[in-house]
Amino acid sequence: MRKVVRGFYAIAYAVKLCRPNVICAYPITPQTEIVENLAEMYANGELENCKYITAESEFEAASILVGASAAGARTFTATCSQGLILMSEVLLNAAGMRLPIVIVNTNRALSAPLSIWPDLQDSMLLRDGGIIQIYIEDNQEAHEMIPQAYKIAESTMFPIMVCMDGFKLTHAYEPVDLLDQETVDNFLPPYDPPIKLSVKNPLTFGSYAPPDCYMEFRYKMHKDMINAKKTIEKVFREWAEIKNDWGGMIEYKEGRTVLVALGSLISTIKEVAKEMGLGYLKVRTYRPFPAEEIREVLKDCDNVIVFDRAVSFGYEGVLTIDIRNALYGESPDIYSFIVGLGGRDVPKTLIEKCVSKVMSGKAKRYSFEGLKEFEEVLY
Amino acid sequence: MYFGKGHSACYGCPLPIAVRNVLEALEGKCFVVNPTGCLEIISSQYGKSAWGVPYIHSTFENAPSVASGIAAALEVLGREDEGHVVVFAGDGATADIGVGYLSSMLHRNDNVLYICLDNEAYMNTGNQQSSQTPFGAHTTTTPAGRVIPGKVLRRKDMVAFALAHGIPYVATASVAFPRDLRRKAKRAVEFRGAKYIHVHCPCPTGWYFDPSKTIQVAKLAYETALFPIVEFEYGRLVRVRKIKKRKPVEEYLKVQGRFRHLFKHPEGSKIIAELQRIADENAVRYGLDA
Repeated sequence: MRKVVRGFYAIAYAVKLCRPNVICAYPITPQTEIVENLAEMYANGELENCKYITAESEFEAASILVGASAAGARTFTATCSQGLILMSEVLLNAAGMRLPIVIVNTNRALSAPLSIWPDLQDSMLLRDGGIIQIYIEDNQEAHEMIPQAYKIAESTMFPIMVCMDGFKLTHAYEPVDLLDQETVDNFLPPYDPPIKLSVKNPLTFGSYAPPDCYMEFRYKMHKDMINAKKTIEKVFREWAEIKNDWGGMIEYKEGRTVLVALGSLISTIKEVAKEMGLGYLKVRTYRPFPAEEIREVLKDCDNVIVFDRAVSFGYEGVLTIDIRNALYGESPDIYSFIVGLGGRDVPKTLIEKCVSKVMSGKAKRYSFEGLKEFEEVLY
Repeated sequence: MYFGKGHSACYGCPLPIAVRNVLEALEGKCFVVNPTGCLEIISSQYGKSAWGVPYIHSTFENAPSVASGIAAALEVLGREDEGHVVVFAGDGATADIGVGYLSSMLHRNDNVLYICLDNEAYMNTGNQQSSQTPFGAHTTTTPAGRVIPGKVLRRKDMVAFALAHGIPYVATASVAFPRDLRRKAKRAVEFRGAKYIHVHCPCPTGWYFDPSKTIQVAKLAYETALFPIVEFEYGRLVRVRKIKKRKPVEEYLKVQGRFRHLFKHPEGSKIIAELQRIADENAVRYGLDA
């Protein structure tokens, strides 16, 4: 059923089709309308075998889902920015406890200064925590990613974050081809974990581990995260059979010069690449990082230009660090542009300007682009 | 065995006494949630778990929320008959770092029995003050110094806090009276919704008394009315443990090293007088004198 809906609804409707048991969240812009939509469905009795809980903070929302997930429930929450980092202690704990919680993060900049507008600083901060991260280009992809996210999380026993730009996607009206219940039911089996809190089989969750066994837990987590790449590819392929083909962990178009980005920015980049005859690389799965896949496609090109919307302060763009690492010892020149922080628009002209800087030999290792003179923003 | 095998508590620790009694009273039909703290550290080492019931530890501050999540899952999955959701949490987790989450769980009136095991300081990290540390007590962060004679704030009133949320059942208990604790645990789970029991747990290691005296010290706290034993149903006081002959607070204070300075410090007598005033206030408020 094709309908013109906002990004919020595309997510909420897909969540409903996945038959969650416990939904819990706390309001934060630009996420709120997702859980408002779900609350409305709940109030209208459209969510079967489901409890919608209003939490008193994001930290609490994530904590409630830890309990629910450990007891064998399928769970959902959505958040971003300050809310995500408030959740982070719990989400990292859930990752270690291997609880497959599904989180939609509507990417938003971090404070200070306060900003409700999008960049990727929030989710990038959780990069190293053992949470699978998928970045979304448009609302159709967001809608279709939800059942896939549940399947990936529940097959790998890792929490998963579906990251989509706040405002640019959440608030945008787009025609979305909505899934039907049968398609989702056939694709996503009910959640029945082999290990859960149960009086019949009493197990201890969340033990502490002294130095003689802690490292083995973390090694296993790392191994499983690496192996999750196979599961992710398998789920993506399986989805492509029954619905739209969104590619694998990366989407790549060949070129001597390749533009690289995450999230909604890639759609602008694709336009520029087409017009200028360049290649592009969309990183869909960011953790686990598809380093081999990226090396394979980029190793022989001339220039790799990474567009970053998150900064590792005191170093450089966050995605750039990973791309450089993946291409270590290979021949391409790697340039990096930090753009679009706190919702600043990244028009095609800005991307073209960055490309021409590289082509004319004026680009540095990295630079901020689209900056005003500092005096212009001081009052 | 619901709890006990291989736990590593200090000699004289009151926590296993409280936990065993509650779990036995509820016949082990429990999903236990336990925040970080002494109980967690003595019972949940990987490969050496002391728990014979399903148990989860997540973080220091989120036990009430994790419990809410389990209760919700059991409800929607049709598994409520399997057991009660029970939190065992220390006073720091309950009254300090997790107090907001406790408030939230009580506000929603989730079907959870929350039991605070109160040893009146952060004992797991080596005896730092919490909001449950009594007036005048020495801890490592409120040391009895030449100028400041130990802690100078009074205890946060967690019974009043719990009652303020309008939940069906609120009680206090003490490890000195395990039969009373068992009865209260059983009574609590007869109510649907949030239940709160605050259990006094004297800690020989942190309070500096001989490990053989745990029950004796707990009894003195009750006999001096510094720890009143009370029971509320739907906000109404339904029962108190009356005190036959109330003892002066000095009798409780002098058996513990954490109050030793009060008998030497120039400000000591004022603090003892204040503690006596608090005890008298408790006696009047709850009608404790028999």
